[in-house]
Amino acid sequence: MRGIGKRFPGVIALDSVELAVARGEVVALAGENGAGKSTLMKILGGIYQPDEGQVFVNGNPVMFRAVADATAQGIGFVHQELNVLDNLTVAENVFLGREPRFARYLIDRKKLNSDTKQYLSKLGLDVKPDTPLNELSIAQQQMVEIAKALSLNARIVIMDEPTSSLTLTETGQLLSVIADLRAEGVSIIYISHRLGEIKQIADRVVVLRDGRNAGTLECDEIDHDRIVKLMVGRDISEFYDHGAGAATSSFAEIRGLRTMRYPRAPISFDVRKGEILGIAGLVGAGRSEAAQAIFGVDASEDAKVSLDGRTVNIRSARDAIRNGIYLVPEDRRIAGLIVDMPIRENITLPALSRYSSAGLVSKSRESKRAKEMCERLKVKAPSTETKAANLSGGNQQKVVLAKWLSLDPKLLIFDEPTRGIDVGAKSEIYQLMRDLAASGVAIMMISSDMEEILRESDRIAVMHEGAITGVLDRADASEEAVMRLAVGH
Amino acid sequence: MRKELGTFVLLVVLCIALSILNPSFLASANLQNLARLIGIYGIFSIGLGLVIITGGIDLSVGSVFALLGVLLSIFLVDWHLPAAVAVIAVVAISTGLGLINGFLITKIKIQAFIVTLCGLLFYRGLARFIANDETKGFGAAQGFETLQSMATGSLFGVPTPFIILVVISLAMWVVIHRSVYGRYLFAVGRNEVAARYSGINADLITASAYVLCGLLAGIAGVLLAFYTNSISPSSHGNFYELYGIAAAVLGGCSLRGGEGSIIGILIGTALLQVLQNLVNLLGIPSSLSERRRSRRQCSRQRTGPQAACLPRQGFRRRATIMIRQDVGRSGDEQAGCLRSSPLSTLASWCRT
Repeated sequence: MRGIGKRFPGVIALDSVELAVARGEVVALAGENGAGKSTLMKILGGIYQPDEGQVFVNGNPVMFRAVADATAQGIGFVHQELNVLDNLTVAENVFLGREPRFARYLIDRKKLNSDTKQYLSKLGLDVKPDTPLNELSIAQQQMVEIAKALSLNARIVIMDEPTSSLTLTETGQLLSVIADLRAEGVSIIYISHRLGEIKQIADRVVVLRDGRNAGTLECDEIDHDRIVKLMVGRDISEFYDHGAGAATSSFAEIRGLRTMRYPRAPISFDVRKGEILGIAGLVGAGRSEAAQAIFGVDASEDAKVSLDGRTVNIRSARDAIRNGIYLVPEDRRIAGLIVDMPIRENITLPALSRYSSAGLVSKSRESKRAKEMCERLKVKAPSTETKAANLSGGNQQKVVLAKWLSLDPKLLIFDEPTRGIDVGAKSEIYQLMRDLAASGVAIMMISSDMEEILRESDRIAVMHEGAITGVLDRADASEEAVMRLAVGH
Repeated sequence: MRKELGTFVLLVVLCIALSILNPSFLASANLQNLARLIGIYGIFSIGLGLVIITGGIDLSVGSVFALLGVLLSIFLVDWHLPAAVAVIAVVAISTGLGLINGFLITKIKIQAFIVTLCGLLFYRGLARFIANDETKGFGAAQGFETLQSMATGSLFGVPTPFIILVVISLAMWVVIHRSVYGRYLFAVGRNEVAARYSGINADLITASAYVLCGLLAGIAGVLLAFYTNSISPSSHGNFYELYGIAAAVLGGCSLRGGEGSIIGILIGTALLQVLQNLVNLLGIPSSLSERRRSRRQCSRQRTGPQAACLPRQGFRRRATIMIRQDVGRSGDEQAGCLRSSPLSTLASWCRT
């Protein structure tokens, strides 16, 4: 791709960007959110058309007007958001729109399943082709997408943050699949925020910043600090600064909490005032469900939750909010924010009565508060009237936080607080968590990012199949210890 | 806001075109009748708009009109209940039906489309059963003339239903666009999960929209019953839910929920009524006899409502009833025209 430029109304998304991928090479594309990685890949995938520049495949200039054009040139795209239909089977997804047929209009089910099987075994995915997709884990669904790309005989596979929702073992599996593909001569463009993975798999790293090429690192030059430096364009010396946790006596006590998913595994644990309790575990261990149960959005019938020795009765999110228990949910676009509403309305939503008199909302009071919160959390947005949908992931997460910090948090639960967020915003969010803890808020942090768990938690509770298998103090915590508990030993 | 503006421009253009093509559009009788219809349709369109803002739908409104009309006639004519009691009872029943809808949708978790589709079938059947499938009416409205004049009379030359609509719109504008409740309504319509995670009782908000819709349908139902004056349970109110939905959607309410405005719904209602009027005024066939018939029809529409206010002499009374039935029937013809008219199809295409 040479001299690619792309403008959107009001923004220059890409400005003469260059990218080359050799046969059988894994190129990692790194950059902060909004740096133009996804836009560049959408041009290569035929979803967007460039305003300037030219795309070459095998040295021939090509013009992609639609996704089908890119597919015809052997370019497969595994999207960040899952693009699968979970009401269909694995095989139907893989061959969607290209089903093998007989008698012209009927689907050849046998061939469909056997062809699919071949791709699944190549990826080491042990499921039957006729399994409905909704019975698969997220990681397996991700693999199905890759199978789909392979079935197109893709010579170039674009993977846009494929591991953002995968656990450690699943990620390892995916990386070995990538290595196999590379050995077969497939070129891979790999977008990820996880610098560890990039270091492990990439032959070369191309870093974008503000829609321009910021630099390229060859295999032997790849290291964490260099990538980060190129991404943010400055040194972050205080990057991931960790203050000492001043945890004291237990503050929030949770006893006999049952979730819908694991009704037979009541869990009990404490969170101390001023500490960050990390909750580790594999995807599906019931961590999010536990958080939702505490927050009152998952059924928990006989759970006893007490704050500061006072028992609180939580039947709904309203009750939790009234008691100062807040949840920053895993999926900000669905549960955290109403993305079509402006920042202002999102921030004031949980306590709208504070900004209203006689049932009528005072917009000026709302705006004032929203502006204060945006300044405090350094939300980058043109104004508080900007729709949340138009913000980057990190800024969206800050708005979710602003929602709760404008109230009075006592127990704050973060579910995957930094998923899909760029490094700059990440360190700001960690700093905020630290500051909150220091001011006496009890914090629970659910995370699938092992680095994050080990670095940020004062204590780590590990869950496996709905139960807490162990709580580690900071001193005893290691990747190995956490993993052992996470798999149930 | 852009959506509303587009519909408004369309409305203005249509009015100008219509007044050039047929100056009788601007005749005060025609405008009065138009305003009266906008008043009645607008009231229940706002109710439907609320439901649509929550991402739901209410298909039962038309059948509820039939049921309410039949009950109102029975209360007033057969049982001789005081006018106020009858009206309050009918509006309460309509609100109650809205509550049932809301309950089934939010607590039993049946889709709004299914619940209200059942309502559409069931309430009309109920109306026909109660009325023994006979046409009900109010005759000369003896003993409740004041009530009738709410639907058929005017205040300072403005038809009362239009005045009622203005009052309701102002109140609903505050509720929807300025109150905490209104904000919650939009939040739930946009994203119910996030609203729930923000501590909003989403079920209560959704159900309340159906209750409000029932309340407004009750008010509109009373006015409509007196406007047509005769209620044939099998056809009274047929397709009215679709006019309400069309008005709300034309006015910028998204069927996916979370979008819409009172002003938009009003513009949408007016647009639909002007379109209906256009079909009437321009649909005059060329043959002389037909022209005479339609002119007669026009003049009937003109005298109809006012004549109803002074039903003193015997022949006049009979004539009034005859006219009312005629108006009712021509209303149905208009409806038929509206559904098939290429212009209305075009208009709805433009919106989608």
